[in-house]
Amino acid sequence: MAVLLSFGTVGASVGLMAMSAYLISKATLVTTVTDLSLAIAGVRFFALARAALRYTERYITHTATFRILAHLRVWFYESIEPLAPARLMPYHSGDLLARIMADIETLENFYIRVITPPLAAALVTALACVILGYFNIWLAVVLLLFLLLTGVALPLISRWLSRQPATQLITVRAELNAIGVDQVQGSADLLAFGQEQIYYDRTRRLTEELNQVQERLAVIRGLSNGLGALLTSLAGLTVLWLAIPLVTGGQIDGVYLALLPLTAIASFETVQPLAQAFQYLEANQTAGRRLFELIDAPPEVAEPAQPSPKPAHYGLEVRNLSFRYSPDDPPVLDGFSLSLKAGGRAAIVGPSGVGKSTLVNLLLRFWEYQVGQICLGGHELRNYRTDDVRDMFGVVSQHTYLFNTTIRDNLLLAKPTATDAELVTVCRQAQLHDFIADLPQGYDTLVGENGLRLSGGERQRLALARVMLKDAPLLILDEATAHLDAETEQQVLQALDRFMVGRTTLFISHSPAGLALCDEVVDLSRGCCVSIDSLSSKEPDLASGTTTRMKTTVGQT
Amino acid sequence: MVATLAAVLLIVQLILISQVVNRVFLDGSDLAKMWPWLGLLLLLALLRAIVIGAGDILAQHAASRVKSHLRQQLTNHLFLLGPLYTRAERSGELANTLVTGVEALDEYISQYLPARNLAGIVPALVFVVVLALDPWTSLVLLFAGPMLILMLALIGGRAKALTERRFAEMSWMSAFFLDMIQGLPTLKMYGRSREQAAQIGDISRQFGHTTMDVLRTAFQTSLVMEWAATAAIAMVALEVSLRLMNGMLPFDRALAVLLLTPEFFMPLRQMALKYHAGTAGKAAAERIFEVLDTPEPVVQPAALATNGHPAAIPHRFDLGFDHVGYTYDGRQRPALSSFLLTIPHGQTVALVGPTGAGKTTVSSLLLRFIEPNTGRITVGGTALSAIDRRTWRAQVAWVPQQPHLFHGTVAENIRFGRPDAGQADVVAAAQAAYAHEFIQALPQGYETVIGERGARLSGGQQQRLAIARAFLKDAPVLILDEATAHLDADSERLIRAALARLAQGRTVLVIAHRLQMAYQADQIVVLEHGRAVEQGKHQELLNRNGQYRHLVASYQGGAL
Repeated sequence: MAVLLSFGTVGASVGLMAMSAYLISKATLVTTVTDLSLAIAGVRFFALARAALRYTERYITHTATFRILAHLRVWFYESIEPLAPARLMPYHSGDLLARIMADIETLENFYIRVITPPLAAALVTALACVILGYFNIWLAVVLLLFLLLTGVALPLISRWLSRQPATQLITVRAELNAIGVDQVQGSADLLAFGQEQIYYDRTRRLTEELNQVQERLAVIRGLSNGLGALLTSLAGLTVLWLAIPLVTGGQIDGVYLALLPLTAIASFETVQPLAQAFQYLEANQTAGRRLFELIDAPPEVAEPAQPSPKPAHYGLEVRNLSFRYSPDDPPVLDGFSLSLKAGGRAAIVGPSGVGKSTLVNLLLRFWEYQVGQICLGGHELRNYRTDDVRDMFGVVSQHTYLFNTTIRDNLLLAKPTATDAELVTVCRQAQLHDFIADLPQGYDTLVGENGLRLSGGERQRLALARVMLKDAPLLILDEATAHLDAETEQQVLQALDRFMVGRTTLFISHSPAGLALCDEVVDLSRGCCVSIDSLSSKEPDLASGTTTRMKTTVGQT
Repeated sequence: MVATLAAVLLIVQLILISQVVNRVFLDGSDLAKMWPWLGLLLLLALLRAIVIGAGDILAQHAASRVKSHLRQQLTNHLFLLGPLYTRAERSGELANTLVTGVEALDEYISQYLPARNLAGIVPALVFVVVLALDPWTSLVLLFAGPMLILMLALIGGRAKALTERRFAEMSWMSAFFLDMIQGLPTLKMYGRSREQAAQIGDISRQFGHTTMDVLRTAFQTSLVMEWAATAAIAMVALEVSLRLMNGMLPFDRALAVLLLTPEFFMPLRQMALKYHAGTAGKAAAERIFEVLDTPEPVVQPAALATNGHPAAIPHRFDLGFDHVGYTYDGRQRPALSSFLLTIPHGQTVALVGPTGAGKTTVSSLLLRFIEPNTGRITVGGTALSAIDRRTWRAQVAWVPQQPHLFHGTVAENIRFGRPDAGQADVVAAAQAAYAHEFIQALPQGYETVIGERGARLSGGQQQRLAIARAFLKDAPVLILDEATAHLDADSERLIRAALARLAQGRTVLVIAHRLQMAYQADQIVVLEHGRAVEQGKHQELLNRNGQYRHLVASYQGGAL
């Protein structure tokens, strides 16, 4: 459809040029206006048709293209969604952003400039050659030769030359994006350590690189545009040169002499842009490759073929669990076991890097475990669908991620149907309501905008409120109170103590007050549960002379 | 300039062609006589090809220069605006402006501007030539040209508003996607990740519609232009033909005029085509200049120094907050008011107090991310604002609450503290921060690449890298913002010992939410609602039975 329209457009313009030339040549020979009427009607028709056709053609191609791009974005998202976070780890989010925004945008060119123009060009070539061939076959042959040079040879050369810079263009752009995100998000650290200059230089270097690549592409573009213009003129000249003897020899009526070179020149209108379109082709392929690299990646965790079993209870049983992130890495967990009955509370301690966060990643099915067993409610964890597993856990992680939307929407993430009263209840429990109520727009305040910059403690309480709203049977609290001041922590812990009743809880913390809420303490550095006695022996150090009261039992392995 | 030359060459080319056709068609000249003409035409074609090629290259060069300049200015200015402006939740939009926004200028400069220049010059040139050849036809052009420009201006006004909306929507979409990508694990935890696909579809489609609105206006513009142009061409053809029949116009002139007329409209039509690129660039430029025009939060040192130069770094680092007040934009309650604090040279002062009391504001002020609204901060008696910001920050090592680890190797991230540090120094700093062991256990040791949020490193490990940075920097002033919040008991004890060693001979401000850090401080300041309410040593304050005792009690689980 689009091809036909674009063919019609240029066909009309070839016709327009030919008709006008014919018209005035004819005018010198005929003497009455009536003889001209046919030619005049032709000129008018071609002129109006050309504009209308071009409009329709562009409208249809672009509308279709944008629909395709929207589908591509959804498709890309749906493909990377199962990969997060394990398989996306090697990619900088700025790079991923470049893929979903710029790379897909680049494909716009593919549909608009790469697919339809060559087809339209082929049709126009045929039409122009038929017109010239009607007068003399050699004229058609010459025109075809020039059209092929411009429409096939030139694009191929241009593509061959731009292969490397076009690929580089995409890579450099993604790098710039990554560095841009890093610079913007890490600006406090950069400034405090006086590293502005390094990032400034890095941006400048990448910009230079980008400029060099773009200028190299411009040289190729200039070359192919120049050559295209040259070939167009040459085609017109050659046709003229061939036609002159034919006119003087009487084989062609002199009336048509103007028409012939003009038709030839007009037919180049579709063929000339092909070289540029092919320059884009390389960028399109690179963009496409970058998209498929992710789309084709297998997810870290496979979904079970069967639907999830029904958990008999919410107890957790880990046996001999070993895990390493990649075969080269040292094991993070090595023969770890844990038994937690439904409704039980286990505190997990151990020096940082010992595998506490890894355990959370495995429980939430973000990573696949190979050695050992994790049983939830009497069934192996990997027999559940990942969604169903995550549905059963309420998690407060070390880094609370808040979305750039209102406080309300960030809370509703956990339960889209929650009422205002429910929101207020959980926020009161998380000791956050007063703070929110104090904001000019209350729950509708945008996070991160209008001067609302949430402190670490405020973010954490928001995360706690979110988890309370989710109301899941199992809880993972990973340093959930680390950013709170002592008094707030006390209040939050009291609320948590009530909330944890009847829920199976993993409490990752070093806060003595938090450990006090748990039934048992698991020291991950020793790979098993330990008695609380060995732990409390350190307490005098922690609180510089003052002892801490702890309610504990010995863990059962 | 180049484009004008190309246009002149084209005009001469067309006049020559009409001469050749005229001589063969009417004068009956044969090929032999036409050779010089054809040769001249060939020469012109070559020249024109070179000029067109050069034009492309020059335009891109100009675009590159402008883009480099703007990107550097933006980078620089974003640093000047500081972390409060670039805070996490709007970083996607800013990153988009920095990369895509600046790139949008490329087309504007390399394509729209040349097209606009052409549209100004070429029609005038063609008009003059046609006037010389056939005054009657020039009248048609004189009427049609301004009509077209008027139409372009009318539609252009609408296009501008639409393009600006499109750019805003693009930035917003970019921010949304970045938010989505970075929050993907959180979305998954709440089982909400899959339904986002629908939202992405909606947003993309909406963006497609907006883009289509912009393009439709652009297409309509060119449709109108084409119709007007072809109508004018047809009119010229008719008018020329009629006069040709009556013998009022010689054939060669008639043909030349007919060939030239499309060239009169061509640049205008080209400009209509590039109008989209032009307005997109303009909208991007507006956002870029909006960022560049945002005033920096920090007063320039020259404004306050007595001799017009930034003050030198003092020899002693006694820090003083003299009735300092600060209120965040959009908040009513001040974060700090009439805040008084003195940290004598070489001493350690701990700030304690509930969340939101203003502790982090104090460290932001000291790092000069923000400037006080009232009062002043002094260093060794010199006003802090009189010292150049970068010179000052070189004297300060900072361990933030949530350190940002950059995409790069572990060594690179530590070397942040001192870029020219050798490997031995990096290792020594890591050892001092008790990070050496876990770094060695990483697959490639110090050369292991870590992600943007230090992914795969635990919170405590990330913190220890930040501490290693501070060790390496070896600055006289140290700000510890909740440095030990994530550490387990063992490492915390070790790090506290290390920090105590580091603190020796330095002036230290500790923001201690968890109090252990405060116990050993030379002085403890209790903050509440932006004011210092208590001050003294640990034991003194405990004995006073005030706010501090209350804080300690609640920290230790109510048992004291």
